[in-house]
Amino acid sequence: MSIVVEGTIPSRPRYGKLTLREGSGHLMVADGEGAEAILELVARAGGAAPGVLAHTHIIYMPGPTGTDMSARLQSLGADAFFRANDYATAQPRLKKVFADAKMGLQIYLTGTEGLIGQAQRDAMEAGLPHTAVQTEFRGSSVRRVQCVHCKGITENVRTDPFQCSHCGLNLFVRDHYSRRHAAFQGVNIDAEDPGQVPPAVERFK
Amino acid sequence: MSVGAPKIAVTVAEVVEVNELIKRFRFVRTGGGVMPTFSGGSHIVVDMDDHGTRRLNPYSLMSDPADPSSYMISVRRDDQGRGGSLYMHRHVTPGLQMQIGHPVNLFPLDLRGRKHLLVAGGIGITPFIAQMAQLAARGERFELHYAARTRSLGAYMDDLQARYGDRVHLYLDDQGQTLDLKTLLAGQPFGTHLYVCGPKPMLNWVLSTAKAMGWPDGAVHSEEFLAPPVGKPFAVELATSGKTITVDGNQSLLEAIEKAGVDAPYLCRGGACGQCETDVLQCDGHLEHNDHWLTPEQKASNRKIMPCVSRFHGQKLVLDR
Repeated sequence: MSIVVEGTIPSRPRYGKLTLREGSGHLMVADGEGAEAILELVARAGGAAPGVLAHTHIIYMPGPTGTDMSARLQSLGADAFFRANDYATAQPRLKKVFADAKMGLQIYLTGTEGLIGQAQRDAMEAGLPHTAVQTEFRGSSVRRVQCVHCKGITENVRTDPFQCSHCGLNLFVRDHYSRRHAAFQGVNIDAEDPGQVPPAVERFK
Repeated sequence: MSVGAPKIAVTVAEVVEVNELIKRFRFVRTGGGVMPTFSGGSHIVVDMDDHGTRRLNPYSLMSDPADPSSYMISVRRDDQGRGGSLYMHRHVTPGLQMQIGHPVNLFPLDLRGRKHLLVAGGIGITPFIAQMAQLAARGERFELHYAARTRSLGAYMDDLQARYGDRVHLYLDDQGQTLDLKTLLAGQPFGTHLYVCGPKPMLNWVLSTAKAMGWPDGAVHSEEFLAPPVGKPFAVELATSGKTITVDGNQSLLEAIEKAGVDAPYLCRGGACGQCETDVLQCDGHLEHNDHWLTPEQKASNRKIMPCVSRFHGQKLVLDR
C-alpha cells in the first residue's frame, strides 16, 4: 500500500516508518490497516516488547474501508487499549491523554492520512512541534478535503473532482495541504465556465 | 546584514556596574526617536572602534521588547578574550556615540508551546530577561532555572525574583546547589518547550539529557555565541576579488576579509546563524571548523567554511569571495 508523493508540492505530507524511540511512554494512534504497522513495530522490538507495551497506550479505530483489527491489537496486552468508532469519538480521549501527559511521551501515528493529520493537529494544539510525531501511512488513500470557498470539510473523498458535501461546488482536489486544518484543499473547478466539469476520476481508494 | 547594511547610530545613555564582571549598557537613538521593535531572544552586533581596530561583537538584548525607547545589553568582561568586552568595560561611557546593527533573533520563543522552561547559566541569563518580559505580558506559563557561581556573580537574581517570584529558581555553585535536571525534565507537561543559554558544558549537559529523555528536537532551543578563537596566522586567496590576504593570529578570517575591503555577508559573527557561509574553492591543508552551523558531512567535505569563527592551517586556501 503506498501513495504517490513524487512530482508534487512541498506542502504535501510525507510519511516515514515507525521506529521505537526512548521516552517515558508510548502513545500509538491508528486506524484500519495502521494496526499492522503497530504489530510490526512491536514484533521488531523482540525481547524488549513486554517492557515497551507496559508503558504503551493504544487508541484504535476502524479504517474508512471498514478494516477493523482491534482484536489483534488488543491481544498485544498494552498498558491501555481503547477502541473508538471513528476519529471524532477518539478525539476527547486523545486530548485528555495530551492534557495529562509529560514531556518524554513518544507519539506514533499510523493508518490513513486523515487519521495521521488530525492526531498530528491535536498534538500541535497541545504544544508539540509537528516534527515531533512519527508517522507511517497504511491503508486507504481517501482524502480529507477542505472546501476553500465554504470551509466545510468532506471526509473520505475518493474522486477528483468531487462535489463539496457542504456547499455543493465542484472541487478540484489539490496536493496543497493544511496542517492546521489537517486537510487537503479543494478548489472550485468550474468557476469561470459554470457547468464545464471534467468527469470524476477515482484517484483515492 | 553585511558590511554595507544600514546601522543604527546610538548614544550610550547609561553604564551600570552590575557586579565585578558584568556591566550593563543602555543605548538610545542619537538625535532621538524609537528603536526598531524586537522579540525576546534577539541580539545586536555592536560596532566598536577600539583605537583603530574594528570590533563587531554580538550581545543579546535584555531590555523589555515592549519598550522601544532604548536597548540594554550586559557585557561580561573576558580578560583572556580578544578585547571586545575589555573595550566595552574600559572605554564605553555615557555620551559616547556608537553604531549598532539591527536586532536579529536566532533564539526566538516558540509561542505555540504550552509552557516555556528557561535554563540559564551565568551571563546566559540576558536573552531570558527579554523573553520573560514578553512571556509575562502575554500571560504565558514559564519557569526560569538560573545557575551562577556565587550570588554576587548571579546578575539580576534579586530583580528577577522580585519580579517573577516562585517562577524563578536559583542555583549557586558556592552553596553546593545543583539543578536536578532529570527530575525537572521528567515533570514537564506535554507541550513544554525548553530553552537553554549558557557556557558550553552546561549546554551540552542540558541538550544531551533532554534528548536521552525523549524530548523532541523541535521543542529544545539553545543559543551559544562563540568568540572567534585565536590561532596561528595564515594566508588566504580571495578568488572573486583577486586578493591574497593574511589573517593575523588574533583576527578572525571574516575580520581579515572585511579589512581588505571585501564585502562579506554576516549576521551573528558567532558561528550560529549561517549567514557568512563561504564556498571553499581549493583547500591544500586543514580547515579548523569552529561553528555550530555546518553539518559534520559539510565540515568533512572541505567545501564550506564559516569565516566568522573558523580558521585554516596548511599550504593553500582559496575562497569564493
